[in-house]
Amino acid sequence: MTELAQLLINGAAAGCIYGLIALGFVLIYKATEMVNFAQGDLMMLGAFVALSLIAGAGVNYWVAFAGAIAVMAIFGYLLDAVVLRRVIGQPQFAIVMLTIGLGFMFRSAASMIWGTETRGFETPFTGGVVRIGNFVIADVSISIIVGTALLCLLLYLFFRFTRIGIAMQAVSQNQLAAYYMGIPVKRIFSLIWAISAGVAAVAGILLAPVVLIDVNIGLIGLKAFAAAVLGGFGSIPGAVVGGVIIGIIEQFSGIYLKEGFKDIAAYVVILAVLILYPQGMFGAVGRKRV
Amino acid sequence: MRFQFKTRYEQDIDLFRDNVDRFWYGALAIALLAAPLLLHEFWIGELSYVFILAIAGVGLMILTGYTGLVSLGHAAFLGIGAYTHAVLLKMGLPLVVTVPAATLLTAIFGAMIGFPALRLTGVYLAIATLAFAFIVEQALSRWDSVTGGFAGFAVPKPEIFGITLTDTVPFYFVSLAFLVFSIWATLNVLRSPVGRAFVAIRDSEIAAQSMGVNLAAYKTLAFAMSAGLTGLAGTLFAHKISFLAPDAFNILLSIQLLLMVVVGGLGSIHGAIFGAIFVGALPQLIAILRDFLPGTIARQPGLEPGIFGTILVLFILFEPLGFYGRWRKIKLYFSLFPLYKRATFKRQKSYTKSERFR
Repeated sequence: MTELAQLLINGAAAGCIYGLIALGFVLIYKATEMVNFAQGDLMMLGAFVALSLIAGAGVNYWVAFAGAIAVMAIFGYLLDAVVLRRVIGQPQFAIVMLTIGLGFMFRSAASMIWGTETRGFETPFTGGVVRIGNFVIADVSISIIVGTALLCLLLYLFFRFTRIGIAMQAVSQNQLAAYYMGIPVKRIFSLIWAISAGVAAVAGILLAPVVLIDVNIGLIGLKAFAAAVLGGFGSIPGAVVGGVIIGIIEQFSGIYLKEGFKDIAAYVVILAVLILYPQGMFGAVGRKRV
Repeated sequence: MRFQFKTRYEQDIDLFRDNVDRFWYGALAIALLAAPLLLHEFWIGELSYVFILAIAGVGLMILTGYTGLVSLGHAAFLGIGAYTHAVLLKMGLPLVVTVPAATLLTAIFGAMIGFPALRLTGVYLAIATLAFAFIVEQALSRWDSVTGGFAGFAVPKPEIFGITLTDTVPFYFVSLAFLVFSIWATLNVLRSPVGRAFVAIRDSEIAAQSMGVNLAAYKTLAFAMSAGLTGLAGTLFAHKISFLAPDAFNILLSIQLLLMVVVGGLGSIHGAIFGAIFVGALPQLIAILRDFLPGTIARQPGLEPGIFGTILVLFILFEPLGFYGRWRKIKLYFSLFPLYKRATFKRQKSYTKSERFR
């Protein structure tokens, strides 16, 4: 029983990271119809920026947390304003290729700046545990779950109650109509990229104490596709719930199935969902317009 | 400017446009056949590698360039082809069995992935093929009894009439023959109703469906053909790398294959060949580039994928039609000499092009 609960908690913590990355995909996809294959690499960059601030500049963890989010948000804004805005209206394929190319560039740049060895940094959560009755929860897991919940709440309030948030919803529903209403669609796109990059930075920083960071942790982003697909690609709560489910499935397949299944569990879920139930849990997949 | 007047119906579906075309392709064929006499063995080896890439490129071009379906998992098909071929050879079967068997098996896998493709458009398909590629890579490394696991195994060297086919020069001719066969077969398919259906699906699925094209059947067929050709390339690839290990068929190889069709120019067989030449030559170019870069950057291990990514980004942004598109522009510039206008190839400006159904 305790083992089961333990697995669930660990899975949920890992799944929250997938959920956060998937959240980044979904935000961008909903608003701009682009799928960002470089989301995992943005997460990697966020973690490394935090590393530089903490280990390099020696600032406080919380300041570094905010700093890394700000740096990544600016980076995301510029990325859209300089590169991705140029391909608006081109086929999906071009955008997929473009973001894959960008992902490789980020990884290469990161390995040149920070080196290829794995690194870690000190956080207030490292090593600590909470005991409730019989079972033990690492502080790190709690920080990830609580952080994800807070971020989701924040995003919900932002999209529900602020002017820009509502403008973003309008853009995601109908870009042309939003443009006619005087919403600066291009700037909104860039802001969404900024938010998405900021969310990726949060994921990277929360993940850092669990796995040491290196230039290849961005590959987690590919597993986060499973979360987004399961949640119905285009649904924000779906992304987070999907992420948690994927995380739990992975933990269980690591224990109960043969070695190696843990690594591909997420991909098997993708294929199964796409074949059997392509609209996902929360989404609606429509036919293409002529 | 040269105008071509078509006086017979056969001219419409002719493989070569006119006698000038025939002359140049004939000259190219003679040059390629004479190459082993003139070039150093190293370059012959490189050329055969380019041929293998070109076969896979033609395969991917059918899918991506002509049917408009994205695959991020073609390295998996290359891997399935290579492993099937090598494992069957190791069991002592002759080449005439192993090569068709590998091609066929890969085509079946392609059809299996292509079957759900009816429901999946664009991004979903890209994700599904990516997931498939990871699963295949894991399967290759975990299925120890057949694939040798992570350690891999050496590919047997087959002989026919006392000639070891994997020696540089015989291998060059075998690769060339396979490439010519693939191009010929692909061109024939593309000018048949099947090929026209592929192009119709690429340009508008709904329009194609309205004209009576069975989407499910043709998408599955496109996947099967594409995978089959890639599997054929895989059989040669196995001999080229001569030692099979699962990490040879990772995501980077899939991206290289895609890079090939994008950089070469989507929607043309020329594009696949240009792309193969470019990707085949890239390691050499990077080696030359390293000499010019400052030492701190040139020694970086991450340089090569970074350069791949940069090239991909630059092409998508500035020359989405690839090398073949650039070549056509240059040709048109000279044939229209003082009258060329840039707007000829200008893409339609679109603010947003929604693919959503509302």
